[in-house]
Amino acid sequence: MENVKKGTWVRIHSIALDVKERAANIPEDTRSVPLEQWTKGRLLEDAAVGDEVEVKTASGRIAAGKLVEVNPQYELNYGKLVPELIEIGESLRSMLWRNK
Amino acid sequence: MTHYDEMMAKKNQIMHSAIGIDFDAFEEDGISFDYERMMKEAGYTIEELQDIQAEFFVGNTPIIELTNLTALARKLAPEGYGARIFIKDEATNPSGSFKARRASIAVHEARKRGYKGLIAATSGNYGAGVASLAAKAGLECIVVQETYDSRHVGQPEIVEKARACEAYGAEVLQLSVGPELFYKFLQLLEDTGYFNASLYTPFGIAGVETLGYEIAMQMRERYGKDPEAVVVTNAGGGNLTGTARGLIKAGALNTRIVAASVDLSGLHMASDNDFNRKSFTTGHTGFGVPFCTNPDRSDVPRSAARPLRYIDEYYTIRQGEVFYMTEALANLEGLERGPAGNTSLAVAFSLAQKMKEDEFILVQETEYTGAGKHLNPQLSFARENGIDIFFGDPKDEVPGKNIILPKDPSMIEAQVLDVTGLKRSYLRNQINKKGSKDFSEREMEYLREEMKVNQTELDKLLQEL
Repeated sequence: MENVKKGTWVRIHSIALDVKERAANIPEDTRSVPLEQWTKGRLLEDAAVGDEVEVKTASGRIAAGKLVEVNPQYELNYGKLVPELIEIGESLRSMLWRNK
Repeated sequence: MTHYDEMMAKKNQIMHSAIGIDFDAFEEDGISFDYERMMKEAGYTIEELQDIQAEFFVGNTPIIELTNLTALARKLAPEGYGARIFIKDEATNPSGSFKARRASIAVHEARKRGYKGLIAATSGNYGAGVASLAAKAGLECIVVQETYDSRHVGQPEIVEKARACEAYGAEVLQLSVGPELFYKFLQLLEDTGYFNASLYTPFGIAGVETLGYEIAMQMRERYGKDPEAVVVTNAGGGNLTGTARGLIKAGALNTRIVAASVDLSGLHMASDNDFNRKSFTTGHTGFGVPFCTNPDRSDVPRSAARPLRYIDEYYTIRQGEVFYMTEALANLEGLERGPAGNTSLAVAFSLAQKMKEDEFILVQETEYTGAGKHLNPQLSFARENGIDIFFGDPKDEVPGKNIILPKDPSMIEAQVLDVTGLKRSYLRNQINKKGSKDFSEREMEYLREEMKVNQTELDKLLQEL
């Protein structure tokens, strides 16, 4: 089992509200799933991915949850090209500058 | 009682210690409260706001004339029509949006009153604004955001905003879909004793007044007159309220205040299934309409954002039209900006064609863009989530099913949203609150102010209900 050292920056997950604890006046599809939460922080004790752990968050709070990611990364990108956008640019520029 | 109910029952007590405003002091007869006194006593003067914002290097953003978009609008407009289009480049604020103005006042207030940190419940630019200025003030910051659906799929725009907040050293607590975000927000306020950096306090709104004020001052200095119309992207109503109040404080009394929202009708804002079928996370009708008709649905007892007091006209625009104009702004003006301001830009482009050539129409914000917030990832994400994207007539767009990019810029057409209808809904809510139509003289005065109507118009609305 992978050992994640105390002090490592990790992401944790927990259930904020169970299905039966959810607010009454929300749509059925939302009420049928739990309210989940994620935060990040430094691990307070050595642990393994999947363990229930405690972390100290960026604001100094102690938060508990299941360790789900070590050195959590951003996976943002510009997505697959949407070719229509190239076409919009081309047509606007020709409308204004090349087709007088 | 569940944990949820227990926490909600403590709402007023937690809010009082987390904001420090005694809202009860402004309550009056029945449904009414003294809005202007609340804004005066809990808010700031324009000079004080300018001083605070100068300390944070917020505001004084440039106004750029969009000469090429104006030229394009004139090609499509009848002879003599096609107003000059301007944009206030709010993306040049720290954290990249006008929300830095609101955040600067909240951070100032929190620091002045000795709070150790701030908490903001927001998925958008406001969180980044608070995180950025909390960093500068040496305060802690927690941002609570609705990020993922139950499949753990997150809106690119919201995921980017979490990244930005974390870049400024804030903790970001991410939640799955649901209005119970407010429960977590209350729990955090209670646990930490931090300041509630609500968007809807008098200082949250006062922070935007400088924006309206600057518009009038900058336009007078450069062109010798106020713009005929200012277009504001409307969601919770704070941007519109603050901008309009600032224009009024500058004496720009003839400038029309035009609200603009993306048409997302048919999508439920609290639905897990619909969450990732929206390609706009704010500035849409899902917030714009309910916050007009019931402004006190916010996270404070009395919201300082009261858009119906100021709106002259309200238009909706479709997702495909906003994406088209975002691409136009980059290609024709050399400005790559995020979607929020481009909602009002698309409306302005359409309205300019109905205004005379010597008139001015001004879009009062831009926002930064980047991975996640750029239109390509937004559209690519929509496509992956089963939304059809194609060229056609924007009128056929169905939110949540497709995004129709206009085949030609002449097809971009802002749709009138019936402001009288909004006033009717607002009044219906007030009648329900009161339990009758039997309003006192002061309540009638309050209703006239709230809806920007005279007594004859109010009587007519009351008769219809």
